[in-house]
Amino acid sequence: MASFTVVKKEDLDAELEKGPKCVLRGQTSDLGCLTRQDGSVSLSQGDTTSIAVVYGPAEVRINKEKIDRATVEVIYRPKIGLPRPNHRKQERIMRNTLEAAIAANLHPRSSISVVIQETEDLGSNLSCSINSACLALLDAAVSMNFMVASVTVAIKENSDMILDPTKRDETEAKSVLTYVFDSVNYQILTIVSCGKFSRSEHKKGLTLAREAAKSVFQFYRESMSKKLLMSE
Amino acid sequence: MAEQFKMAQPKEYFKKFLENDIRPDNRELGEFRPTVLNIGCVSTAEGSALVKLGNTTVMCGVKAEVAQPDADKPKDGFLVPNVELSALCSPSFRPGPPGEQAQVLSQNMADLLQTSKCINLEDLCICPGKLVWVLHIDLVCLDYDGNVMDACTLALISALKNTSLPAVTVDEDTGDIKTDPTSLSNLPVSCCPVSTSFIIFDHNVLLVDPTNEEERLATGAVTVVVEGENLVSIYKPGGSALTDDQIETCIDRAVERSREASKLIKETLYSIDR
Repeated sequence: MASFTVVKKEDLDAELEKGPKCVLRGQTSDLGCLTRQDGSVSLSQGDTTSIAVVYGPAEVRINKEKIDRATVEVIYRPKIGLPRPNHRKQERIMRNTLEAAIAANLHPRSSISVVIQETEDLGSNLSCSINSACLALLDAAVSMNFMVASVTVAIKENSDMILDPTKRDETEAKSVLTYVFDSVNYQILTIVSCGKFSRSEHKKGLTLAREAAKSVFQFYRESMSKKLLMSE
Repeated sequence: MAEQFKMAQPKEYFKKFLENDIRPDNRELGEFRPTVLNIGCVSTAEGSALVKLGNTTVMCGVKAEVAQPDADKPKDGFLVPNVELSALCSPSFRPGPPGEQAQVLSQNMADLLQTSKCINLEDLCICPGKLVWVLHIDLVCLDYDGNVMDACTLALISALKNTSLPAVTVDEDTGDIKTDPTSLSNLPVSCCPVSTSFIIFDHNVLLVDPTNEEERLATGAVTVVVEGENLVSIYKPGGSALTDDQIETCIDRAVERSREASKLIKETLYSIDR
């Protein structure tokens, strides 16, 4: 059971003081943190944390069955209250992204469901959710075409870029862009934006995020090798 | 024979057309369907618009009512967009509560209004801390033939540009609210965001303004919303991976479309003013 904490203003202020902003915040993962699921992970990026679990390939409800590939379901649970339309949008973004990543044609007539529970949102929440989902899929050993890594970039009024922004950075920024890249050619799988920006800012953000995504893939590798070493 | 080929091998059928850089409905890959815009067609609404994009039809109505503002934002009014994809518009929708697609579209409309800031919420203030306007923006899809996002955006902006609100007087003593339907004032809309949707066919071909058939065959989708030369949003939810150049092509096309669409809105508004 995850512990839930209340975010205080002092914590947000303390977070603001931390480290340089051109690198990703520290990531930690706990693969297999839950036992009843096929794959589970608790991932934290800085102070943003989420838990993702994977069930599958398992039986599928008959009305959702697809004869040529597995049905991918993503369920997102917010920390407080019931899921709202903006969470539905987030679910759809994650589902479409993971559908591309999972080799669904290897498991026809089955379901792969990913459940993501937000435990702490202190900025870059979508990125954290997508990355935790990818790690949970790796933990469950689901066959994938490629891995995915998501990075959020905030653009300030003066066009300065902040990688992996905190909650405060996000509210102060004029726009927040979330990118997802694949692990093969680092091409763009997903872009979600919030706020106006120019073409040059988009290009700059893209380059920055792509470089950062490589370190996320490196982190996946380290997490997996750590898990495999432990199980030996 | 062509019918059977289409039924049995829809993808192969489509590829045959793409070999000649054309689509089954005689369009080029970057060509929009003919766009028809009718502004102010609902007399009972404060603002309205009907958009036809080929067969896709979306009707938008803006209804205004008064409400109490939030205590932390005493001057801000409310915008409540809602997209309805009823069983009327396509056999793929069932009656009942809104499905995922309708919810996502409604959320997209809300995000668009918020990020483009085309309406200053303070313009909806009647009496600070006491009364503000709530604009219910209802978008109803009448015929679903693909690319409802672009049709909805165009309908939304046109209807808002057409919206005029009556003058309101509040009686100091009794607190009664009186509206004066004879003195209407236009709602200021500061910008005109235009959305352009693409689908990705067979992992690398980009098609603009997809029909329903094309959407079914798609391996991914991209929606770019621009306002003049600035980007309001790029929305690419998963699907096939694209290169940076392909994204740039999408933005170029979106800027071009934005010019066409703004001109269309301007001309239509001008023609109804006369």
